[in-house]
Amino acid sequence: MTLGTGTESALITDITFWVIAISAIVAAIAVVQLRDLFRAALFLVVTLAAIAGLFVMLRAEFLAIVQIVIYVGAISVLLLFAVLTTRDVSHGNPSNKLRVPAAILALGLLAVLVFVSVNTDWNLLSDVIPEPGSVDIAASAGGTVLDPATIAQVETVLQNTIPGIADLLLQDFVLAFEAGSVLLLAAIVAALALVRETS
Amino acid sequence: MSLENFLIVGAAIFSIGLFGVLSKRNAITVLMSLELMFNGVNITAVALSRYVVPAGLTGGVEVAEDAARLLLTGQVFAIFIITVAAAEVALGVAIVMAVYRSRQTVYVTDANQMRH
Repeated sequence: MTLGTGTESALITDITFWVIAISAIVAAIAVVQLRDLFRAALFLVVTLAAIAGLFVMLRAEFLAIVQIVIYVGAISVLLLFAVLTTRDVSHGNPSNKLRVPAAILALGLLAVLVFVSVNTDWNLLSDVIPEPGSVDIAASAGGTVLDPATIAQVETVLQNTIPGIADLLLQDFVLAFEAGSVLLLAAIVAALALVRETS
Repeated sequence: MSLENFLIVGAAIFSIGLFGVLSKRNAITVLMSLELMFNGVNITAVALSRYVVPAGLTGGVEVAEDAARLLLTGQVFAIFIITVAAAEVALGVAIVMAVYRSRQTVYVTDANQMRH
């Protein structure tokens, strides 16, 4: 269930993950700490692209493409436009009075989230799907193992995610899908009404 | 590289975004930090749906015929989050522009017309 098999491939996957993750986090810190707002917006692009890389490592290739097209392509351009338009009034990137309490709150939340995600006993997919050569080990470990037909289904779904996403979007989540389209239409109309020249 | 690594990265990006939203005066930085928070949630949703067994697969509830597609629920959530984020940024930038035109400021601490 990993990207490749063998220790060498796993090592390469680990190195890739850490490079992407550290660049994403460092660029995110730069977004909130840099004095120059234009550079902060450019570092936001770095974070969003690195997160697209994380999506690829999670076998969510379609979502990675959506991330590149919408976030890196559209949203960051919109933010850069706003930065450039209001540049003459924004002197740097100052903090308000809540800087220290906000930092304490964010660090506390991070500590809680890390504690929870490390200490929870997750019902992992790799526990119920035995490796090809180690069926006996997985069965003797006491865990329930999926039957071969379900394992084949899981492999098919993870190999090509786009048909599965389309099924979910248009069957299980069709109401939210339609509500999303109405939301986008309302957002377009509202944005046009807000920035229209009134005089 | 396991589930915990992805969850920690998502939590870190969410916390950095939370710090930015709470502590910055410039409305555009607040919008960018909001994007960071959305992306932290996206990483968490996709990682959980990639690594954790959905309840329909192991027979905890009822075993559906095509329960394997439930593995993609997190990705569909992420798609909805990206949709809402796009609408939110379009409206947010429009509001910043409107405030900038009427008050010549982009600082959220200066936009206090509604304070009584």
